[in-house]
Amino acid sequence: MDTIYALATARGKAGVAVVRISGPQARDALLPMVGSFGPPRVAALRVLKDGAEVLDQALVLVFEADRSFTGEEVVELHLHGSQAIVQAVLERLSRLAGFRLAQPGEFTRRALENGRLDLAQVEGLADLIEAETEMQRRQAMRVFSGALGGKAENWRRKLIRSAALIEAMLDFADEDVPVDVRPEVIGLLDGVLADLREERDGYAAAERIRDGFEVAIIGAPNAGKSTLLNRLAGRQAALTSEYAGTTRDVIEVRMDLRGIPITMLDTAGLREASDPVEAMGVERAIARARHADLRVFLLGGDEDSLPLTPVPGDIAIQGKADLAKVGGLAVSGVTGEGVDELINLIGDALESKTASAATIIRVRHREIVAHAIGALEFAREVVLSGEQGEEIAADALRSAIGLMDDLVGRVGVEDLLGEIFASFCIGK
Amino acid sequence: MKHYDVIVVGGGHAGAEAADAAARIGASVALVTMRMDRIGVMSCNPAIGGLGKGHLVREVDALDGLMARAGDRAGIQYRLLNRRKGPAVQGPRIQADRALYRAAVQEMLSGREGLAIIEGEVTGFTLEGRRIQGVVVNGDIRISGRSVVLTAGTFLNGVMHVGPKSAAGGRVGDQASNQLADLLREIAPGRGRLKTGTPPRLDGKTINWDVLERQDGDVDPVMLSFLNKVPQVGQISCGITHTNDLTHQIVRENLGQSAMYGGFIEGIGPRYCPSIEDKIVRFSDKDSHQVFLEPEGLDDSTVYPNGISTSLPADVQERYVRSIKGLENVQILQPGYAIEYDYFDPCGLTRGLAVREIEGLFFAGQINGTTGYEEAAAQGLLAGINAARHARDQGEFVLQRTDSYIGVMIDDLVTRGVTEPYRMFTSRAEYRLSLRVDNADQRLTPMGIELGCVGAARQAAFDAKMQDLTAARAMLGKDRFSPNELSAAGIAANRDGIRRSALEVLAFPGVELEQVVRLVPEAEAVATEIMEQLQRESLYSSYEDRQKHQLEAVRRDENWAIPTDFDFGAIAGLSNELRQKLERVRPETLSQASRIEGMTPAAIALIHLKLKAASVGRPHEASA
Repeated sequence: MDTIYALATARGKAGVAVVRISGPQARDALLPMVGSFGPPRVAALRVLKDGAEVLDQALVLVFEADRSFTGEEVVELHLHGSQAIVQAVLERLSRLAGFRLAQPGEFTRRALENGRLDLAQVEGLADLIEAETEMQRRQAMRVFSGALGGKAENWRRKLIRSAALIEAMLDFADEDVPVDVRPEVIGLLDGVLADLREERDGYAAAERIRDGFEVAIIGAPNAGKSTLLNRLAGRQAALTSEYAGTTRDVIEVRMDLRGIPITMLDTAGLREASDPVEAMGVERAIARARHADLRVFLLGGDEDSLPLTPVPGDIAIQGKADLAKVGGLAVSGVTGEGVDELINLIGDALESKTASAATIIRVRHREIVAHAIGALEFAREVVLSGEQGEEIAADALRSAIGLMDDLVGRVGVEDLLGEIFASFCIGK
Repeated sequence: MKHYDVIVVGGGHAGAEAADAAARIGASVALVTMRMDRIGVMSCNPAIGGLGKGHLVREVDALDGLMARAGDRAGIQYRLLNRRKGPAVQGPRIQADRALYRAAVQEMLSGREGLAIIEGEVTGFTLEGRRIQGVVVNGDIRISGRSVVLTAGTFLNGVMHVGPKSAAGGRVGDQASNQLADLLREIAPGRGRLKTGTPPRLDGKTINWDVLERQDGDVDPVMLSFLNKVPQVGQISCGITHTNDLTHQIVRENLGQSAMYGGFIEGIGPRYCPSIEDKIVRFSDKDSHQVFLEPEGLDDSTVYPNGISTSLPADVQERYVRSIKGLENVQILQPGYAIEYDYFDPCGLTRGLAVREIEGLFFAGQINGTTGYEEAAAQGLLAGINAARHARDQGEFVLQRTDSYIGVMIDDLVTRGVTEPYRMFTSRAEYRLSLRVDNADQRLTPMGIELGCVGAARQAAFDAKMQDLTAARAMLGKDRFSPNELSAAGIAANRDGIRRSALEVLAFPGVELEQVVRLVPEAEAVATEIMEQLQRESLYSSYEDRQKHQLEAVRRDENWAIPTDFDFGAIAGLSNELRQKLERVRPETLSQASRIEGMTPAAIALIHLKLKAASVGRPHEASA
């Protein structure tokens, strides 16, 4: 197998640049370059040499195969962050026999193949690297640290137990096995179903955390929407990126608000349209605003002409507080008055939506969970209906167990029989 | 020197099926056995079939094997297990008269053209390099053969234990086969030890039957063979009794003298067939265990007490047996014993049961780590077919998990190996809903006809049944009926406006055949068994549809053949552990590789890519 290497830190000038090397030759092939290694997982200061030529002075870390990220021998070179040094070191590595530059994601793939991470963890890791806000980081971290794998393992264990109970009735009908297993089976299925439904229902929130919440600012023309958005983006919240997809109908601004990823929508064109093309644009803008996770209505203009009205949970505040003083919360994009309060209102509203966020974070997970719910609801119905059809319920359970494995791994019938034999006295 | 196409070593259930199957195909066959009169002996309990096992028996029958037909000639009690559950999990089981069974097998074999039975001990093989040339009998007689099927049962290095005493032997009254065992150790890899046990045999005349619960056979018995309709000999019932506190106390106090618990045995026994010692230690909270008292024959007063196998000393056996209700004055005819024997890691076999290391050598039965007559017979049948094919330079015949329990069993064996004696269960078959005892003939007989191992009588019966099924299926599928029309025929249906065919109506819970005849009057003329078969098909058809895309995925992977010289070491990214497993198992297809214990989806993807890149994976045909 090849030994792979790559620059693990971002390209460009920096204080430190880390080059990571993983594979069977990592240690041996580097020995001439570093002279000697320190103890495993302890940093050692070494002069890196290419023959007689000094490349850099570096911190060198070595990890044994069973204690490394990839599950292979890993060496890390912490270099001075100069592009020239990095280039020279990478060039030196490329000349080693059996060495090649890693493909994108290859370190993680090896970790997966060597069983150091499960599939869900890899997905969590991908999200973790992509995370822009605190809430995204926490969500991805949960999955990366194995929360979904842990849950799937727990569901799988309960389902194997239920399947074993049913299979014991089928395969050992003439043995001393418990008479009626239905109450225990139903109890187990109900527990797993409740968890899975919670995941299904919380997926939307998890997806929002991953992709960002949409908050639409709505108001009559000249209610001060754009000024407010600029103020939010410029001062109180960190602008993360501007969507390329911004159209003339809807302006999108991505920002981090109290750790929550948000896309602010400025529905600039909500007004009576004069021509058909503009009318289509307005229609689209209205639809976007209606489907947003939260709407902020900026009052003070001609509200009656707005095509949307607030729904429960939406925020309505007085705009242009610098011009017209009225009662209640008012905000001004010009002076910044009331902006902190508005940020808190938005933050509180969205945070309440994130409380139920699921552990599942991918469409793939959601589909698996939906299929599993279907199979288990069917199995439950069959089991409840009476003695007949146990083999059909068992078939549905088998597919549900397979789905749990699809989240992270695989099942064997031995697991099932193991559960049976550990629990019952089989054999007359 | 005599020459045969196929030499079968051993005359147990695997050997008998192997020899007969090879001869049915037309090979010249020699069956070599230590004692002719022991061919077809049932060494353990006097019963055939059951759950999972009944499936194997029916599949052997579908390929025109011996077991079901011999069983029906000896069946003294018939029970369809799980009768009140779905047809996919029902299994026919019989109590067999040992003498009648043995006589039936011996008669069937002696009447088989092209099959010679030779009495003697096989003490060696003749090999040319890694290729088998024949066997050596009694140390100096050479018999030449192109294929050899070894079905050694528990005879390889067999050691029997009764309490702390042990003696070499393959079965009570039979010597072990140690020269062969020594030779095999040299040439075949992966030797291990397994053990199994038997209960003491009781004299039925000394059992107080009057105080015991009786278990009768079914009122409408279901035969083992597709060719039979009714029992051929007189029917009996069994007795049921239970162990009690005193039994358990006697066993517990003497555990140290048990061969298994005293540390005299290295072999691993099966979890599902525990000895009475195991039951009492592992399930100490249970204060009673069921014991079935099974008569061994119509003219034989011996009773087999199923459920109390043991390796305690004979005097302790007598004490604990006599503590059981109804057995207070019982006489033990032969003490129970545990037997240890050699087996070889079945991962060293192809899916046609050929030993990979030695060309022309096939293994079947307990030597592959299985237990049970039915498991042995099914392997013997397949090994016999492939031995005959090998002798004629034809490709291997392989059964798949998707088409049979035999396929499930062999795939489990050669892919996962064994850690305890392997027994069939219906839960091992992931396509259980479609692999039923009732359709074993529909699944396998056409393959058997193509292989040439199905006789004319069965072929004619099968063709007639298929014609009837096809005609009746068309008749019942033709018209569709509204909920109103169904109600008029007395059938409860949802008033959903959907029109259903009589075939679909057959799957309704509780629907009676007479009601369906009211819908389709011409169905009156269809035989009841044909109607019942359509009903069973109909019951599962919707679930079978659901499994179809899954099945197709498996079959796709099954089409990716992995060449025998494929270098797993050359795949970058495979862990050492997985590589070692792949090299041990040497999976023949991508689908088989995916079932290896601990295999990851990522690793399968890597193998798949490698096969694709090298374009070495040719579509693999089950060469029937």
